[in-house]
Amino acid sequence: MDNSGILPRGALQSLLDALTDRGYRTIGPQVRDNAIQYLDLADVGQLPAGWTDDQAPGSYRLSRVESPRCFAWATGPQALKPYLFCSREVLWRAERDATGKLDFSTSQTNGAPVAIIGARACDLAALALQDRHFLGAIRDPYYDARRDTLFIVALHCAFPADTCFCASTGDGPRAKQGFDLALSELDEGFLVEVGTERGAAVAAQLPLQPSRPEQHRQAEQEIEEAAHQQFRQLPSRDLQSALFARLEHPRWDAVAARCLSCGNCTSVCPTCFCHAEQDVPALGGARTEHVREWDSCFSVGHSHLHGFVVRPETRHRYRQWLTHKLGSWHTQYGRSGCVGCGRCITWCPVGIDITEEATAITGDNWEPRGSA
Amino acid sequence: MNPYLPREAQIIKRSEESPNTVSLLLRLTDGQPYDFAPGQFNMLYLYGCGEVAISVVSDAEDSGLLMHTIRALGRVTRGLTALKPGGRIGLRGPFGRGWPMTEAEGQDVVIVTGGLGCAPSVSVIHHILSRRERYGRLSILQGVKHTDDLIWRAQYDTWSALPDVEVMLAADVAEPGWHGHVGLVTTLFDRLHLAADRTVAMLCGPEVMMRAGAEGLQVLGLNADSIHLSMERNMQCAVGHCGHCQIGAHFVCRNGPVFRWPEVRSLLGTRGF
Ligand code: SF4
Ligand code: SF4
Ligand code: FES
Repeated sequence: MDNSGILPRGALQSLLDALTDRGYRTIGPQVRDNAIQYLDLADVGQLPAGWTDDQAPGSYRLSRVESPRCFAWATGPQALKPYLFCSREVLWRAERDATGKLDFSTSQTNGAPVAIIGARACDLAALALQDRHFLGAIRDPYYDARRDTLFIVALHCAFPADTCFCASTGDGPRAKQGFDLALSELDEGFLVEVGTERGAAVAAQLPLQPSRPEQHRQAEQEIEEAAHQQFRQLPSRDLQSALFARLEHPRWDAVAARCLSCGNCTSVCPTCFCHAEQDVPALGGARTEHVREWDSCFSVGHSHLHGFVVRPETRHRYRQWLTHKLGSWHTQYGRSGCVGCGRCITWCPVGIDITEEATAITGDNWEPRGSA
Repeated sequence: MNPYLPREAQIIKRSEESPNTVSLLLRLTDGQPYDFAPGQFNMLYLYGCGEVAISVVSDAEDSGLLMHTIRALGRVTRGLTALKPGGRIGLRGPFGRGWPMTEAEGQDVVIVTGGLGCAPSVSVIHHILSRRERYGRLSILQGVKHTDDLIWRAQYDTWSALPDVEVMLAADVAEPGWHGHVGLVTTLFDRLHLAADRTVAMLCGPEVMMRAGAEGLQVLGLNADSIHLSMERNMQCAVGHCGHCQIGAHFVCRNGPVFRWPEVRSLLGTRGF
């Protein structure tokens, strides 16, 4: 990967313009409804300059800081996932004519390719996992089409939230792969790193200036500090076997007593992929749409099996979420399903902390009753 | 290829197996070939309503037609079972890993089913009976809740009259006029004479029954790896994407629905998985 130079702060718009010229729909972080959200971004003036986020279990607050920086914050509730795996989308349509004949058609419309500005390391790691899920043996054509044209401008993290633990999962704070361009933000501008040929072509159009070694040193140091500031971590042991050996651990009951089974955690998690399918008939009956929407293992319907629910209690559902995310993912996708973004901790209305639960459940020498 | 898009199928024939169970004989209207293996399933789509996973019961070599036996349990299945010949539905499939038919060649086969004339076992019975020379002795053990539930009564009679086929039926609760065995299907194991070293077992039905069945067969000397179970879970996408069908690390739609006993033993019967 190349370090191409520094893009002066005042020239950041040139990056958006270069992407727009190439036909991209540019998406970037902005303050909306008291949170940082990734939305259509036409002007760098829309970026959250001078904002930071304070995150804690069950709490997210934005506040102002004296800083010219646009990325002096960690994560918003969502980032890349909704742009690839949409929260709601029509998979196909069926039409029925007067004779009862059915006609099925796909509704795939390839919109403009998307360029995302400011993707974090955790989100890129999550994207790599979603790729494995949706583009494995059977490819999801909708995800595939959007993924194929996605342009990613990553941003190395220097401002982790208290809920972040990407250093412990090995996914951040430096973005290591999966980007076209990566930026390190300094007060005076952005160090630009090229990840792909596509990225190099865009970088070549930018008014870059030569960067100085001390600027690189400073950027490096900020990333390192971001890792050191993180105090949450997942236990480093083999969580898959530890969790499945403790399916009857009393802590499951304790966490279930607090958990509202609301599914906030799964909807903010950048790796969660569950979705439900549903038919939405048009009035008149000649046409119907088959829609998919994000679902959660915390919903009653998730494990419904004709007249019977496999996971009737919150305890079963929380256990499903944790044993899947930190356990079964290893078998399914070769690694844990957690990238340490901390979103599920922040957005849980009762502040349940995945690192704390995983530690409590797997950290002792608990054995099932009756075993030696 | 869009793995979510159904094909159109037309109902050629409809037969009532029991008051709430109907068999539909289907023909795909696009004329394209359709191949499946016993134990695999299709997603059947009721217009304007949704899809449901149903296993194929016909034999794979049945002249371009395929048969599904559907029990009316929910919105989609109630609608499907109410359709008339000529009616049209959507169909995607086949999906999943079926029964180990190649591995079972040259072996005796024991089929243990519980509940409503378990559909996944019917395709395997058809498969074996139409390739009789490839398989040894066939034992069919069917458990039902009430003797009323026993669908395919006539089929069981026909099968039991065939050479080298034994059919044993057990009812949990006997109705007047029932002369068969009363008790759980696993209590029939006492009467089973197995050559344990050359027998493959295939189980389907309620999980408690399959657990008891698999354990019982192991007691009779069967190798754990020779015991296969057909699992059921909420299925929506059938291609390993939607996440609903997971049992531990398995996607039942893709890694199953047929599993070897050791693959599911640890979680089968653990509430919540
Ligand atoms: S489990 Fe929580 S911390 Fe881990 S990736 Fe999902 S939302 Fe982020
Ligand atoms: S852990 Fe928190 S966010 Fe997740 S379902 Fe329970 S209450 Fe909701
Ligand atoms: S049915 Fe969707 S993942 Fe198996």
